[in-house]
Amino acid sequence: MVLILYFHGLKMKGNIFDIKRFALHDGPGIRTTLFMTGCPLDCLWCHNPESRLKTGENSTKNRIVSSEYVIDELKKDLVFFEESGGGVTFSGGEPLAQPDFLKVIIRELKNNSIHTAIDTTGYADKSVINDIFPYTDLFLYDLKVMDPEKHKKFTGVDNKQILDNLKFIFNRNGIVRIRFPLIPGYNDDKENISEMISFLNNLTDHPQIDILPYHRLGISKYKKLKIDSSIEFLSPPSDDRIQEVREMLKTNGIEAGIGG
Amino acid sequence: MNERIKKLREQSLNAVNKISVERAVLITEFYRSDETRGKSVPEQRALSFKYILENKAIPVNEGELIVGERGPEPKATSTYPEVCLHNINDLEIIDNREKVSFEADEKVKEIYKEQIIPYWEKRSVRDIMFSRLPMEWKDSYEAGVFTEFLEQRAPGHTVLGEKMFQNGMEDIITEIDESIAKLDLINNPDSPAKIEELNAMRISAEAIVRYAERYAEKLEEMSLVEKDTLRKSELLNMAAICRKVPAKRPETFHEALQHYWFLHIGVITELNPWDSFNPGRLDQHLIGFFNEGLNNNFLTAESAKELLYSFWVKFNNHPAPPKMGVTAKESNTYTDFALINLGGVKQDGSDAVNELSYLILDVIEEMRILQPSSMIQVSKKNPDSFIKKALKIISTGFGQPSVFNTDAIIQELTAQGKDIADARAGGASGCVESGAFGTESYILTGYFNLAKIFEITLNNGFDPRTKKQIGLKTGDPAGFSSFDEILKAFRDQVNHFAGIKIRGNNIIGDVYSRNMPAPFLSLLIEDCIENGTDYNSGGARYNTTYIQGVGLGSLTDSLTSVKYNVFDNKQITMKELLNILDKNFEGYDDIRKNFIDETPKYGNDEDYPDDLAVEIFNIFHDSVNGRKGPRKSLHRINMLPTTSHVYFGSVIGALPDGRKKGEPLSEGISPVQSADRKGPSAVLKSASKIDHLKTGGTLLNQKFTPTFFKDENSLNKIINLIRGYFRLDGHHIQFNVVDASTLREAKREPEKHRDLIVRVAGYSDYFVDLVEELQDEIIRRTEHEAV
Repeated sequence: MVLILYFHGLKMKGNIFDIKRFALHDGPGIRTTLFMTGCPLDCLWCHNPESRLKTGENSTKNRIVSSEYVIDELKKDLVFFEESGGGVTFSGGEPLAQPDFLKVIIRELKNNSIHTAIDTTGYADKSVINDIFPYTDLFLYDLKVMDPEKHKKFTGVDNKQILDNLKFIFNRNGIVRIRFPLIPGYNDDKENISEMISFLNNLTDHPQIDILPYHRLGISKYKKLKIDSSIEFLSPPSDDRIQEVREMLKTNGIEAGIGG
Repeated sequence: MNERIKKLREQSLNAVNKISVERAVLITEFYRSDETRGKSVPEQRALSFKYILENKAIPVNEGELIVGERGPEPKATSTYPEVCLHNINDLEIIDNREKVSFEADEKVKEIYKEQIIPYWEKRSVRDIMFSRLPMEWKDSYEAGVFTEFLEQRAPGHTVLGEKMFQNGMEDIITEIDESIAKLDLINNPDSPAKIEELNAMRISAEAIVRYAERYAEKLEEMSLVEKDTLRKSELLNMAAICRKVPAKRPETFHEALQHYWFLHIGVITELNPWDSFNPGRLDQHLIGFFNEGLNNNFLTAESAKELLYSFWVKFNNHPAPPKMGVTAKESNTYTDFALINLGGVKQDGSDAVNELSYLILDVIEEMRILQPSSMIQVSKKNPDSFIKKALKIISTGFGQPSVFNTDAIIQELTAQGKDIADARAGGASGCVESGAFGTESYILTGYFNLAKIFEITLNNGFDPRTKKQIGLKTGDPAGFSSFDEILKAFRDQVNHFAGIKIRGNNIIGDVYSRNMPAPFLSLLIEDCIENGTDYNSGGARYNTTYIQGVGLGSLTDSLTSVKYNVFDNKQITMKELLNILDKNFEGYDDIRKNFIDETPKYGNDEDYPDDLAVEIFNIFHDSVNGRKGPRKSLHRINMLPTTSHVYFGSVIGALPDGRKKGEPLSEGISPVQSADRKGPSAVLKSASKIDHLKTGGTLLNQKFTPTFFKDENSLNKIINLIRGYFRLDGHHIQFNVVDASTLREAKREPEKHRDLIVRVAGYSDYFVDLVEELQDEIIRRTEHEAV
């Protein structure tokens, strides 16, 4: 069975749009981040819109590559991973949207003792998470909006699956850093934050969370890739606002980092 | 920094670089006199040294604590007509040139015309050398295939070791006497020559002691008229120190610094050796004196710092002697490459970082002056906190200290056959050169233009610029049917030119050995006394001769382009390529763009180009390494450019990597500017594929914007990056941390940015003193953010 999977792995192809080395904000240490194409969500504020385009569409860097190629590239900075306690982060897009491709790669990395992180929306079948769980050292897990209706409105999908999966990971003692993208006017209201606090406090004793303030760096991508964005004129949250949110979390026993 | 030091620092910064004829006049007087009669060459050299030290001015600068100047005042710079005689036209150029000029007034020119030139014409080492060098050497030199370090400056490239911090000249004279007494006058026919040399050494040792005594007398005189009681007691204390060192071994921190400085002045007065001279492992040499001073309560951290500040200023008062022509182009700077080493390991292999390592880093940060240059040695045994402290200074953007891999240096030195304890006592000097401090003469002889040799290969041995057939006829590449034929032709040409260079080195080494011994320097480097042999004749325990390869990045990308575009993908024929290069890409913008943007480049951790970098490196290494050289040395390679990559670029036409005619080459082992697109970790991986341990030093420049150094977390990752590179045996890395906008502003308004110091290539320099091409290159380098 292992052998068959192995050969299967050699032939595996996947869709990616970038491999970024010396990534310093996608988990601990010096990391290489694999950006995988495709996402089941359609967040209004998405800063990686290219991940949602098809290969070759609007002159993106999206390309189909073999798992071997990706593994080779991801292993290249091994010495720096080891020195820094870093490793590989799977991002996107939604890495769980290419489960077989992901699994072949992440398992090989684990075989090489490389630290792995998955930067995910959490929107996937539980079986997928179950499958990659043994090879994943860290989940960077987005918690965007607590209210199911609003979640659907802003991201295109319901959040039940997302919240269930998060509980599932916690129940299995997975290591998770929650990422809270702070989008002014969308999820920075008191109600959402309160709900998030109670959800997190029910989940675990000392939840780790990073606030990711909305930034406008994605806007130029929309222009370059000729994609329409409905929130082009959104302003990033002020530093004061970010600190307010942080305080709110803190008074409820949750220490939050800024950025990630 | 107190008022005194601020004043000294200002004094040094504001001093005008000018030519002092004092030394030239004194040495000419001596050689014209009867004193030379009946004396051997080494004795003549030693007596002339003595004559200079007995008669030169002995300035004491206001408020200083360490005394001794090469010239009559700070930055008044000596000339060395016996090595390289300047004519009136040279002096005018030196006076008037836009960059790195030295004032030379009418008086200087008159003295040169009447006294100096008439005596030294056709007697200088440079004249003798050029009369003996073969035509093929001169043609290659003209073509810009290589430069020659020793045509205007004497061999130096050595660093003081521990021994000379523990011995005075009286101890050294005893050694000389013992060496003479041991000579077997009957059975050793070299004895007479050794006696001459040892006599010369003794004269030199006595001369430096006499020089220090003159200072003691002067300081005593000054103290008599000094009104300020504090200064008066300082002057008396300094006088007592000058009565003691360098005659006797130093016993206090202050004595140790003054002791070294007298030796330094001795070395740079005797000759104008490449890389002024260098106390090397300063934190190691001084730690005993420092601790003893603290324990006995006659030193505090603050007073130690004050002495170090004063010491630092002394280095800054001494620009490199003026260079001309190609030598000026290859090393266009006032910096004279004294490189203070901190950290590393002790001779027993244990962690050498101590309190002084940190204290000296404070001094470096606070002084923020050009000279001395500084570096940290990083062994796997050294703590991260040491690196972090250095990175905080680097992050302020003046390019110091640079960062070296101790463990690699030790392996490089032991691979050359050195004892491990001697290797551990070593470090890097100059830009990045590995050496066993106190025991090795490691002479750099010139830069070697690998990219130029490729251009000559493409032209079947013909140099398109000088229009001469200077290379071998390795065939017209248009007729080559495989890439291997290109490589083979290139290898043959490299061997050909390496042979010419080595033949020249042997001639030049012989000229120095016979005409220009350095008995004073010979006192300082072990085993010259024991061997009774001069430093310039192979007296040192270890002797190495280096040739420095330049253009690895540009050449790798060029060969990669030929392989990729001509042979593997057949996008263009060799004949078409040669035609396009000949036209300097004019009318072929699309093809050039393709060469630049769509062709693999060194620096991205891709094996396709990187394998060729390794191939080129090995070709160069094999053509030089292990071949016999002067001073019973073997030839070795290192990979560094100083500023020669700009000069070397100026003599080369268009290259297949898309570089246009005349543009600078890549420097050290760094990728071509903006060819690296996968960030710093990929650059380090590419750079580590060549075997650094087979060199005596490599230079890697890493560009970072200040954001990479902004907080603890970022600094930690830079430390990880350094540790990773060093685990892969990387030899050296330096960081330029400055905004491109600041640099552009400085170029526009130099007068407002006189103090802006940037990392060039293995050394730091004032940005405004750099030639425009180099300024632009650094701006480009900086603009291109790694991530």
